[in-house]
Amino acid sequence: MSTRLTRGGRLIDRTAAVEFSFNGKRMRGFHGDTLAAALLANDQMLVGRSFKYHRPRGIVASGPEEPNALVNLGSGARLEPNQRATTTELFDGLECTSQNHWPSLEFDVGVVNNHVSRFLPAGFYYKTFIHPRPFWKHVFEPIIRRSAGLGKAPTQPDPDRYEQAYAFCDVLVIGAGVAGLKVAKAAADAGQRVILLEQSPTLGGRAPVDQTEVDGQPVETWLSAMEADLAARDNVTIRTRTCGFGVYDHGYVLADERVADHTPGDGRPKHRLWRIRAGRIVSATGAIERPLSFAGNDIPGVMLASAVRDYVVNYAVSPGDRTVIVTNNDSAYQTALALKAAGLDVPAILDAREAADGALPQAARAAGIRVLTGKAIARVKGTKRVTGVAICAQAGEGAVQEEIACEAVAMSGGWSPVVHLFSHCGGKLLWDETISAFIPDPARPPLNHDGSAMVECVGAAAGDLDLTGTPVAIPPVWVMPQGAPIQLRSKMWLDYQNDVKVSDVELASREGYVSVEHTKRYTTLGMATDQGKLSNINGLSVLAETLGQEIPQVGTTTFRPPYTPVTIGALAGEARGEIFQPLRKTPMHAAHEKAGAYFEPVGLWRRPYCFPRPGETHEQAVHREVLNTRQNLGLLDASTLGKIIVKGPDAGKFLDMLYTGVMSTLPVGKCRYGLMCNEQGFLIDDGVVARIDEDTWLCHTTSGGADRIHAWMEDWLQCEWWDWQVYTANVTEQYAQVAVVGPNARKLLQVLGGMDVSKEALPFMHWADGTLAGLPARVYRISFSGELSYEIAVPASHGAAFWAACTQAGKALGAMPYGTEALHIMRAEKGFIMIGDETDGTVIPQDLGLDWAISKKKADYLGKRGQERTFLASPDRWKLVGFETLDGSVIPDGAYVIAEGVNANGQRNTQGRVTSTYYSPTLKRGIAMGLLKHGPARMGEVVEFNTVAGGTVKARVRDTVFYDKDGEKQNV
Amino acid sequence: MLILECPYCGVKAEETELSPGYEAHLKRFGPGSSPEEFEAYMFARKNPKGVHFERWRHTYGCGKWFLAARCTATLEVFGTYPAQVSEPPADIIAKILARRPDWKPE
Amino acid sequence: MSEPVSALNGASFQGFATIREIGPLGMITLRAKGLKSLDKAVKAVTGTKLPAQRRIEIKGDRACGWMSPDEYLLILPYAEVGAALAKIAKALAGEHHLAVDVSDARAVFRIEGDRADQVLRKLMPVDFDWLEPGELRRSRAAQVAAAIWQQDQGFTLVCFRSVASYVMGLLTHSAQPGSEL
Repeated sequence: MSTRLTRGGRLIDRTAAVEFSFNGKRMRGFHGDTLAAALLANDQMLVGRSFKYHRPRGIVASGPEEPNALVNLGSGARLEPNQRATTTELFDGLECTSQNHWPSLEFDVGVVNNHVSRFLPAGFYYKTFIHPRPFWKHVFEPIIRRSAGLGKAPTQPDPDRYEQAYAFCDVLVIGAGVAGLKVAKAAADAGQRVILLEQSPTLGGRAPVDQTEVDGQPVETWLSAMEADLAARDNVTIRTRTCGFGVYDHGYVLADERVADHTPGDGRPKHRLWRIRAGRIVSATGAIERPLSFAGNDIPGVMLASAVRDYVVNYAVSPGDRTVIVTNNDSAYQTALALKAAGLDVPAILDAREAADGALPQAARAAGIRVLTGKAIARVKGTKRVTGVAICAQAGEGAVQEEIACEAVAMSGGWSPVVHLFSHCGGKLLWDETISAFIPDPARPPLNHDGSAMVECVGAAAGDLDLTGTPVAIPPVWVMPQGAPIQLRSKMWLDYQNDVKVSDVELASREGYVSVEHTKRYTTLGMATDQGKLSNINGLSVLAETLGQEIPQVGTTTFRPPYTPVTIGALAGEARGEIFQPLRKTPMHAAHEKAGAYFEPVGLWRRPYCFPRPGETHEQAVHREVLNTRQNLGLLDASTLGKIIVKGPDAGKFLDMLYTGVMSTLPVGKCRYGLMCNEQGFLIDDGVVARIDEDTWLCHTTSGGADRIHAWMEDWLQCEWWDWQVYTANVTEQYAQVAVVGPNARKLLQVLGGMDVSKEALPFMHWADGTLAGLPARVYRISFSGELSYEIAVPASHGAAFWAACTQAGKALGAMPYGTEALHIMRAEKGFIMIGDETDGTVIPQDLGLDWAISKKKADYLGKRGQERTFLASPDRWKLVGFETLDGSVIPDGAYVIAEGVNANGQRNTQGRVTSTYYSPTLKRGIAMGLLKHGPARMGEVVEFNTVAGGTVKARVRDTVFYDKDGEKQNV
Repeated sequence: MLILECPYCGVKAEETELSPGYEAHLKRFGPGSSPEEFEAYMFARKNPKGVHFERWRHTYGCGKWFLAARCTATLEVFGTYPAQVSEPPADIIAKILARRPDWKPE
Repeated sequence: MSEPVSALNGASFQGFATIREIGPLGMITLRAKGLKSLDKAVKAVTGTKLPAQRRIEIKGDRACGWMSPDEYLLILPYAEVGAALAKIAKALAGEHHLAVDVSDARAVFRIEGDRADQVLRKLMPVDFDWLEPGELRRSRAAQVAAAIWQQDQGFTLVCFRSVASYVMGLLTHSAQPGSEL
């Protein structure tokens, strides 16, 4: 059994006991433990089940590379699935459960997959669930989805806070092992601004476990001196518990700081995502030990040799009384020595090499440990945990020579430098024959904005596996024994989490998969949450061997961020709830909320759609608002309307280029409706332009269009006509704008008092400055409803007061606020177009019968050349007309006018479509506008629209003005 | 994520502070131009693998449009310059040639 | 006439830094470049010299900030904007310029305290280590445009009025006690 040793444990505090639970079972650990260490200390070797075969799974590693020990951490709203026990710091009250089993970890029904595993080879899903076709969607997929996935997703909103922060530095060092610390110090000495990130809570990396001294000093002495030195410097920032997980263009690095994972509920943000911009990035990310492929290498108790060492030295945890070491390199001998030093038994070291005479093997022999060279594990004995190993010759086919009883196996198949960060932005790798690993190629690094190397690897990440600089040789040992038959190969695990075995990769190869990328997807090798940190190189090597190629020829897979999984809360940061996105509010927003407005998004603005009264549906409210506006008085918050000032000696010339009509001739004091097109000729915006003075115009844009049109103006002024003397300013938010609409509109303004708004003083399409209700006001006599109408702009900081004054004074005049839907209906009743309804980016003004707003005299305007293209000038274009259904019903949104015959896809041919369709409360029937082939020439004709229900509805083609054709209502 | 220095305000802006404006130095063709000229102006974009000239707007900064010369393959930036020119200035060309001797200006 | 009301009516929050919405302030956008009388016009309104690139010149409750090569932000008491516009019109008469009142189009926040910078470091892609006193930086705060400068042991932040409650939400979130960087 695995237990806590009575002595040692450099990271634990034995005076601070911590209680936690695993699958409801109460356990004890110490402050400083990782969850994995504490589980092992409580003899919890079995921690989960594998994904496909539901095989028993134990802790394999001691860091983020761990494939097996994934738990559901926490409960309720704080439940987090797939948390790695090896990187989870223990805290008092921690609750966790194991994953991927039913009904229990010890007795799991899904393990039946294990017994039929020979019928579930690589590509099983692809081969089996293809036929019959309809079964995939309705039968196979739901079942597979239910059994897929490891942890459980929480069902409640996350109660924790997350945030992000920006940081800048000259040198970013990722990884605070000895190599990283040295680089950080050197850069700091050179006066550079340094940030040092370390994913674990402590500095030093592997050195305290693997080394006795650094630079002639005892390792702990060296480390504390270094830590104190760096901490004292103003130009160095050290962040522990922070994983630099992704490198992006131009020195951009994302890092995830686990601020309060180990102190849940203390009010601090749980995670903080750092967005770091570094001049230079140093990846001191170390190396990850590789497993060896032998039969039964997935049985709980088989662990990486370095992990066994970590548990013994850092946490005083014994994996078992007897641990057999199996290796192809010297580093695993350190594990044997560490176990011995802790008073534990190492029955044998099995070294696949023919000879092992380095300092460490010699030390092991001197310590009395039995070292067997040229040996391999034929198979591991045990099911839910290791009971022993059978030994064979590495050179042979697995004939058992001896069996050794043991509780744990510590394996080392060599080391893979962590080259992920070097590779994220395209750094290229070299295959190093000496250590049998991919190392970064310093000649082909990822490049920075100035063409210099953006990422540099140091220490083990660069392939320098020995801190003292002693050359290390690691011979390739990919399968153990080398001549293992299929019976053994089908029990050699490459990917523990996704259950990919040596035999699966070989099968993929036999079935024609020669690319590592395809093999990966076919077998799911390296596609689990650990992203193949342990399995990729071993799998690649098996593939290369099977294909009879060299490893570099088969290639490696692409490393992509994130290096380790990042919780979505950190990526979202502050963008949740009320501040998920910026909602733009007008100065009258609070009043609308108080009035019970139902809001709709218009871009990022929130505008009242309608103001329902108690008991009213939205539709009823809208109809009431329309009728009241037409009969009495309506008030609309029009503040969102874009307002752009254009001024200068060349402003008129500029606006004549921007609009299809002529604005330069507009007299001061008057308004004119204008259309803007893009260079292709398509309509992009419309609005009323007012001439303010000799060289100043004010352009109104659509509500969603202010920023876009302002940018459009600046683009032309800065990049094309930069010698024209024109300035623009977007003053949209300077004004609160209220549309006062209806027969009583003038009366209201007269009640508010302060300026003459009579027919004579302020005729239609004029504007005037003055005072209303004691406020400075600019009044535009314009109408988007067909009623007598004024749009009044007041300074935004008086907007709420002005709205209140209108509402108050309007009571006696039957005033009611109305929303955007009533606005839409009233404009449709009058046949006014709406950008985004009648236009969709493929419509030119001529399609909409707006030729009157296009100057024939101007030599040029934006879009003129585009509109001259033959297909836009064609008489066969769909053009705007009105429609009224014969039965008075409302044509469905998006309905098409059907034509004779069907197209190549068997769909009905079409000859037009509806663009705006409403029930008109004024006319008490459905009204619509739409585009119809040869439309204006077909007045009176009856056409058919398709409906959602599948039938058709007949409608008569007519002109677009349904209400007050002669404009008598607005000209009073 | 790119960083480009705005030549107007000197800020080393990151990509999120900028808006892309696609290919630079297009010549506008208006009324009277041939279909071929208009097509070239509207639609025929270069999309090279290598040296490219682009328009960017410092949207969250000074609001000005500027031009950038960069390598679309390595993302190396050779330089940025104000938009009020119809072709890349000589110093930018020199900077590109210093880094890409085989490149030929049009 | 009713009193002008700022976007959040002076809302505030006390976290590890103090957040206050202030205003309304008088603000004028002045667009002009290379004019003979520009220095004089600015001086007449703010009492400051014309700021150099990315600088803001502050004098009491008045300031002039460099917004772009042809744009300045003039800050002054709210009630004096009308008179100031008249002064500018007079000083720059006959010369190509644009001066408009934008006092109501903005919301202004103060972020104060020893760690005020940390609130902004969480929201803006700006290297605060290199932000100089008197430097005006236009960038974004999370998803919206914002301009900031250091002033009186803290920072002043200007954004658009319509997103004032969003920005207040951002600043409140970032200044939560216990979330110091």
